[in-house]
This record gives sequence, structure tokens and C-alpha cells, in this order.
Amino acid sequence: MDTLVAELLIPFGYDYMRKAMWVSALVGGTCAFLSAYLMLKGWSLMGDALGHAIVPGVAVAAIAGAPFAAGAFAAGLLASLAMHVVRQKSRLREDAVIGLVFTTLFALGLLIASLRPTAVSIQTIVLGNILAIADEDVVQVAVIAAVSLAVMAVVWKDMMVTFFDEAHARSIGIRVGALKVVFFTLLSACTVAALQAVGACLVIAMVVTPGATAYLLADRFGRLVAIAVALGTTTSAVGAYLSYFLDGATGGVIVTLQTVLFGLAFVFAPKHGVLAARRRRAATLEATP
Amino acid sequence: MNAPVPADRLAAAASTAAASTAAASTAAASTAGVPPAAAAPRGDGILVDRLSVTYPNGMTAVRDASFALDPGTICALVGVNGSGKSTVFKAIMGFVRPSAGTVRLTGLPVPQALKRNIVAYVPQSEEVDWNFPVLVEDVVMMGRYGHMNLLRVASRDDRRKVDAALERVGMTAFRRRQIGELSGGQKKRVFLARALAQEGRIILLDEPFTGVDVTTEAAIVALLRDLRDAGHVMLVSTHNLGSVPDFCDQVVLLDRTVLAAGPTAAVFTRANLERTFGGVLRNFSLGGAALHADADADRRSLTVLTDDERPLVLYGDDAGRDADGPDAADAAGRDDERRR
Ligand SMILES: Nc1ncnc2c1ncn2[C@@H]1O[C@H](COP(=O)(O)OP(=O)(O)O)[C@@H](O)[C@H]1O
Ligand SMILES: [Mg+2]
Repeated sequence: MDTLVAELLIPFGYDYMRKAMWVSALVGGTCAFLSAYLMLKGWSLMGDALGHAIVPGVAVAAIAGAPFAAGAFAAGLLASLAMHVVRQKSRLREDAVIGLVFTTLFALGLLIASLRPTAVSIQTIVLGNILAIADEDVVQVAVIAAVSLAVMAVVWKDMMVTFFDEAHARSIGIRVGALKVVFFTLLSACTVAALQAVGACLVIAMVVTPGATAYLLADRFGRLVAIAVALGTTTSAVGAYLSYFLDGATGGVIVTLQTVLFGLAFVFAPKHGVLAARRRRAATLEATP
Repeated sequence: MNAPVPADRLAAAASTAAASTAAASTAAASTAGVPPAAAAPRGDGILVDRLSVTYPNGMTAVRDASFALDPGTICALVGVNGSGKSTVFKAIMGFVRPSAGTVRLTGLPVPQALKRNIVAYVPQSEEVDWNFPVLVEDVVMMGRYGHMNLLRVASRDDRRKVDAALERVGMTAFRRRQIGELSGGQKKRVFLARALAQEGRIILLDEPFTGVDVTTEAAIVALLRDLRDAGHVMLVSTHNLGSVPDFCDQVVLLDRTVLAAGPTAAVFTRANLERTFGGVLRNFSLGGAALHADADADRRSLTVLTDDERPLVLYGDDAGRDADGPDAADAAGRDDERRR
């Protein structure tokens, strides 16, 4: 028994594991906060798109010796703006724009990385490597998360009104355009942070799944955010912890955990779950014989 | 814009208008029986001046539209689908930038008016995401945000006003429901309550009667009348022709531009409506032997105009025959069966 407990506590004895757990938790919580907004607008794929679009920025930064986050952030911002402009000025559907612009950027990133294999590790970009995260990257991630959480703590209600009813937001003097820029700036930044933790391919899960799960469990936005953040934080910390034993990619473990929770909510959610719907249907059938 | 109108023919429409408004201009119009050229609205509420709006894709939805509304007015914005009603609203809200012309709200440019929380907007049902995780009371509280500090923390006063607004539209019992779990009429009431809580001088309502039951419609109309008496300006887009003469002092007829604007009695005529709706308008005329026993002596006829909502019923000497004649905008069809 004691040996089992000791075994379970092993990860906490390693500096790199402790770091991986708290950094993952921070990233997971912040991304989850944004996920509450992103999935409500039907913009979920933007998260995926950004995750891929920042790859060339990361690659260039690595080659130039610039901070990892700076390159990624610049690329992400550029991609967001390009996306916005194409959508405003053309008749292309959003999914087509995303598919076009962002796969191109991802391909470009892979190309750049493969040209200089010693400077950039494609594997790290695509899969992330939180267990081996460098201290300066930890600082970057912590700053991004802290700033994002601070900003959202102030504007979360304005942001909610803007996402719910833009016309009303305008009518009460909220600067809708500026607020959207803030949102996508934060999203780009958090995508960069998530890239470190789970890699480019799984970023989308971090910025969609917690919000989607919470959506099944809450009818009020404030509660939805709270649930999403709680889910994002715990799944990320626990995922990092478990990856020590499983010896698997941390990103894979975190996202699997999040998906399992989504599945549980999907079936068992008290009001919006499959079982609840079935119970309601049965009740109505009984009431009207 | 219209020829002077004999007073007796206006009786029906004018008496409703005079009874329900204190606005001097309308009262003058009804006693004189003439469109009030002298007392034309000055636009102290809403002033839309030679407005053109072109969307980014090159589509010009509204061209050279002008109208003016004073405080204490209910104005109908009437036109077919795609005639630019929502676009006019968007321009008033500063949602789209005019490619030409200006909009002034209580004398202020749009951005300043918005900053001062002067405009409340009741959206078209299709524009609302009914699956959004908010409760009825949350939506109404959003009306108070403009009165709160930066963090949007509700004061006791804000809560009291939310309660009062919910009570006034009869939605108190539903305040803890998620907004998607309401009927069409209840959904409208929620957003009306939000506008009440916001206390804006100008209230824009985009198709408030679409998909709404008759009880709710009557409740909305009663509420709008109260607000008019309190000095608010309301612009109501609708294709519910039958109810327009009931409660609107002014009418703006829209078809990519303003075809006619002014007092209901002068503007809401059969000829103007036919111009506005073109072939879309369904039109039934009954006259002569079909309507009267002494067909030769009685030249009065009955005309029913409708696009697809509550019909407009015209009854009088030349309601059906003389396209240039004025309408006796008799709301006889008020309690008629709705078409859907
Ligand atoms: N965002 C937009 N981009 C391009 N065209 C638009 C947009 N919104 C509306 N339109 C076009 O402008 C015209 C007027 O639309 P709208 O103002 O919504 O009319 P209504 O509200 O009277 O039905 C329509 O032909 C519509 O297709
Ligand atoms: Mg419309």
C-alpha cells in the first residue's frame, strides 16, 4: 500500500514534472476560458486554424533565434487579420477560407522547418513537449496566461454581450470592433501557449472541448465559464501527471481526458444529456396517452 | 407629398391618432384635415438625411433615404423583404457606415448617441442565438450594462429596474428560463423588457410582430403607446399592414429608398402601398352588388390589402376604385383571423 502511494507521488519529486503540471494547468485553464466564447460563435475551427497557422512563425523564430512566442504570435495575428479581410471582402464561406489560408501556412511552416532540421524540431511543433519545456518558455507561457486571464476578468461580461448580441453591445456604447480584436489577440497568444503544451494538432481541443462540455452542463454564461475553466485546468494538470506513467505524449493524454469528460456530459448531463432527453420524451409520452 | 385630403374621409384614422397622441403636429393635422406641412417633424428624435448604404460586396441596399421623427412618435417602417428595413436600422445603430448622407439621434451623431446609451434595439428573432446560455433575467440585465461601471456589477437599482421591466411585460414567472425555452411571443417580450430596462430615448424594433400571437401583439402595442406618451421615439419595422393605422403616428414606406414618409393618414394610402409592395401585395376588392343590396346607389367598396400578415382593410366610397383616393384606414380587420 505504502509503496503504491510512494509510486503515485513520484512525479511530484521531479522538478520537470511539477513544472509540466502547473504550466499545463495554467494553459488549460486560460484556453478553456476562451473556449467558452469561441464555440458559441461557431468559430471553433478558428482555433484549429490558428494552431496550424502559427507554425511558420515558430519555425522562422527558431531559425532566427528570436523568442518562440514572438514569431508564433506575429504569424497568428497575421492569420487572424487575413482571415477577417478575406471573409469581409469575398463571398467565400468561412470553412473554405480557413481550409485555404491555414493549411497553406502550415505547409509553409513544415517546409521551412524541414529545410533547417537542426534548428527546428517538427516533432516538437506538431506534438508539443511540455516535459522538456525550457525555463524562458515557461516565463513566456506564464506571462501570456496571466495577461489573458487578467484581461478576461475585466471584460468577460462585455465580451459576452458582444458575442450574444452585437447590436445591443453597440447600443450601450461597447466598442465591439476593439473588443473582437482583443479576443483574437488573446486567442492567438493562448494558441501559442497551448502549442508548447500539446502541439499544433491538438490546440483545437484545448480551445473547444472544455467549453463544449460546459455548454452541456450550464444554462448561464458565468457558470459555463467557471465549469470550462475548472475542466481545462484539472484535465491539463492530471493529463501531465498521467503522462509520466503512461510514458505517452502529454498532449494526447490531456485531450483524451477532456474528450472522456465530454462524453460523460454528453450522456449524463442533467438537462442537456442524451439520457435526460430520453427521460423527458418518455415523460411526455406518458402524460399524453 | 400627398394631395390635401377631405376631412370626413380621414375620420377613422385621425380619431385614433388624435386620441392616442399628444403630439401637436398630429393633432393639428387631424383638425385641419391636411398633412401638417407647417408642423412637419424636425427630426429631434431621429433624423435620417439622404442616407445611402452600400455593403462591402457592392450591394446598395438603401439609396438617398430621408425621414425625420420627433420625440413622442411611433413610426412604422414598411416595405417588402429585402427593401432595406434592417439596413436602415443598422445605419441608425452605426452598424454599417453610410456611403452618403447622415443620421442624427436626438441631434447627436450616432457614435455619441450610442455612448450616451440613447438607443435601445429589439432585434429580429432570426438574429438572436436562442441556444446561447443566458436566462431571461440575464438578457434583461444586459439592458442595464450601459448604466453600470466598467466591470458591469449590478447595483440594487439595476436589479429593481430589471424586476420592473420583467413585470411590465408579464415575464416575471419565466425569469429563470433559458431563452430558447420560450414561445415566440415570450421571446419578443424578453427583448422588449431589455429595452425598457435600458431606458433609451429611441427604441428600434425590427419586426416585433412576426411569429407573435395576437395577445402579445396587443400587449406590445399597448406598451409602445405608453412609451410614446412618455416621450420616447419608436421606429417599428413591420409588414403587418393591418395594425399600422392602429398605433403608428408616422409611416415610412421603403423600397430601397423612401417612397413616402409622413403622418399615417396621409402616407398609408392604397396607392402608396401598391407602389411599395408591387406585385407582392395581395389585394381583394369587393364592391357593387357583391357588397351592397342597392349596388347602384352605394358606391362604397371593401378592399383588403395584405402581403402575408394581418391584412389592411379599406372601406369607403372609393377605397377599391380610386387609386389616388385617400384611405379611410378603418381597422375593421383588427380581430380578423390572422393569415398565419
Ligand atoms: N451584410 C450584407 N451584405 C450584403 N448584402 C446585404 C447584407 N445585408 C443585407 N443585404 C442586402 O440588402 C438588401 C436589404 O436587406 P435588409 O435591409 O435586410 O431588408 P429587410 O430587412 O427589409 O428585409 C437585401 O437585398 C439584402 O440581400
Ligand atoms: Mg429585416
